[in-house]
Amino acid sequence: MATNIVPGKAYGFFTDTSVCIGCKACEVACKEWNQLPATDKGFLGESLDNTGTLDGQNWRHVKFIDNVPDETMGNGNGKPFLLMSDVCKHCTHASCMDVCPTGAIIRTEFDTVFIQGSVCNGCRNCIAACPYDVIDIDPEQDVARKCTLCYDRLQGGMEPACAKACPTESIQFGPLDELRAKAERRLAQVHAGGTSEANLYGHDDKVYGGLHAFFLLMDKPEVYKLPRAEDAVLPQRNNLGGYLGVVGTAVVAVFGAIFALRNRGSVARATPPPEAPPPEATP
Amino acid sequence: MTIIAATEHFAGPPEWTWYILFYFFLAGVAGGSYFLATLLRYWGAPADEAVARIGFYVAFPATLLGLLLLTLDLKQPLRFWHMLFNTTPGQFGLNFNSSTPMSVGVWALLVASVFAAVSFLDALARDRRSRALLDGAVGMAWSVVGSVVYLFIAGYTGVLLAVSNQPIWSDSWALGGLFLASGLSGAAALLLLLSRYRSGAESTRGMLELSERLFTVLELVLLVIVLLTLIDDGTLGKALSFPWVLLWLAALVGMLPALAGLTARRFRVGSGGTLAAGRVQALVLGPTLVLLGVLALRAWVIFAAQH
Repeated sequence: MATNIVPGKAYGFFTDTSVCIGCKACEVACKEWNQLPATDKGFLGESLDNTGTLDGQNWRHVKFIDNVPDETMGNGNGKPFLLMSDVCKHCTHASCMDVCPTGAIIRTEFDTVFIQGSVCNGCRNCIAACPYDVIDIDPEQDVARKCTLCYDRLQGGMEPACAKACPTESIQFGPLDELRAKAERRLAQVHAGGTSEANLYGHDDKVYGGLHAFFLLMDKPEVYKLPRAEDAVLPQRNNLGGYLGVVGTAVVAVFGAIFALRNRGSVARATPPPEAPPPEATP
Repeated sequence: MTIIAATEHFAGPPEWTWYILFYFFLAGVAGGSYFLATLLRYWGAPADEAVARIGFYVAFPATLLGLLLLTLDLKQPLRFWHMLFNTTPGQFGLNFNSSTPMSVGVWALLVASVFAAVSFLDALARDRRSRALLDGAVGMAWSVVGSVVYLFIAGYTGVLLAVSNQPIWSDSWALGGLFLASGLSGAAALLLLLSRYRSGAESTRGMLELSERLFTVLELVLLVIVLLTLIDDGTLGKALSFPWVLLWLAALVGMLPALAGLTARRFRVGSGGTLAAGRVQALVLGPTLVLLGVLALRAWVIFAAQH
């Protein structure tokens, strides 16, 4: 059933990694709709993944987490081949917005995070801040770019291209509250099926106040290169300590310099005074 | 049993490299020079004025060059002014984001460059024996406020790195202090180096020498604190991995002249007041080594985190 998309309501993605088959239709749909060029990264030799990472021209990336052991395993003993269609998380408390000095990163009327290409000047502070390695510079436009959650499609009342294209409904789009309820039900179903490691990541406010693109994972978050909840912290946490460190150092340095001014003789004791006073020295 | 829970970082590198490295170096040296120049002019002996002027001469061009490097580092250099003015449709106005030292630093740089420009012109006027621009209490107040801004400039660069989610950078609160102490020792070394070219600067060298030593001790203490904080967050191994450990070692070597007191030889003057043969060499080599160490320290911090 098509979602009725209205401004002022929070929307997002629920990605159920348990049903992802790694077809990469989401990657292709994203590139097509957003007119992102195909990038030749050469042969990465990393499992079935030749996209590598999210970057300025790859806004969807299907991760292939290959932990399959070399030796033959019996039924139920093998480690599954984990798949996950990764994307910008559109964090409620977004690190990138937190540090953007130009105001280029804004929150839209759909409560998603959007980079204004015409405002960004390519300082790359957001790249240093994003804990998910989502943002990168688009080498053709020389500005920071990432998933827009198909802002233009939402404005036209259409769901994002990746969710539309996903053949297994691993990527589901909708109002956040509905998606969260759906995710809880799905988790219970997966647990009942015997996969006790399954967990929801980012569905509540423990990770950056809640992610607008959250996941049902089949293993611990760090296996998918997602920071644990305790490590999901905003860059601004270091402002106070950093500035206090500078102030403390400055105070000690001022006293040190005054000490040096008054005790310079201890160094220059072996030195006769200069032969001539400096010209036009004024106090 | 795991005693230390390492912080996990999955953030990608911003690729801040050469422009940023040399900007950080210039910010430290400009900040330290302006501060030392103010101290020497208003709290030093009359004979210290010669070196004070060198300090003011250094701060302004170093700041301008730093601003140029910062601009060139942007992927859209012509949009540098977007840091100052918000160009979001419907939200035109001044830009200031207190959450990021990048925004605070840009405004501080703008203010600092005004202070440096006036102090530079004042030093020029004094050297040309025309009327000083900054006289009396007004001049003193101007330089003191300028010094505060410049101490911030020398240190905020470290805070800028810390306010991120990068490994190493975000794992230590002491980088700002470390960069400030290092910038001050670099400034003392640079003034020492340049004092060779200014008559009347000899009597200030003792102060520069001693302050360089004290700043270096402070720098060493802060470096130890940085390493301890990295141990706590489990990123020390990354910070001291090859080849970046070589930069760290180079930074340590840069501290040696001051720590070992080797530069004390710089001030031994022959009985006739002429420089001993080895002294000229020491007056150049010691400070040069210190300055290279200041550069290496920043290179270590910048590059080790991004590989």
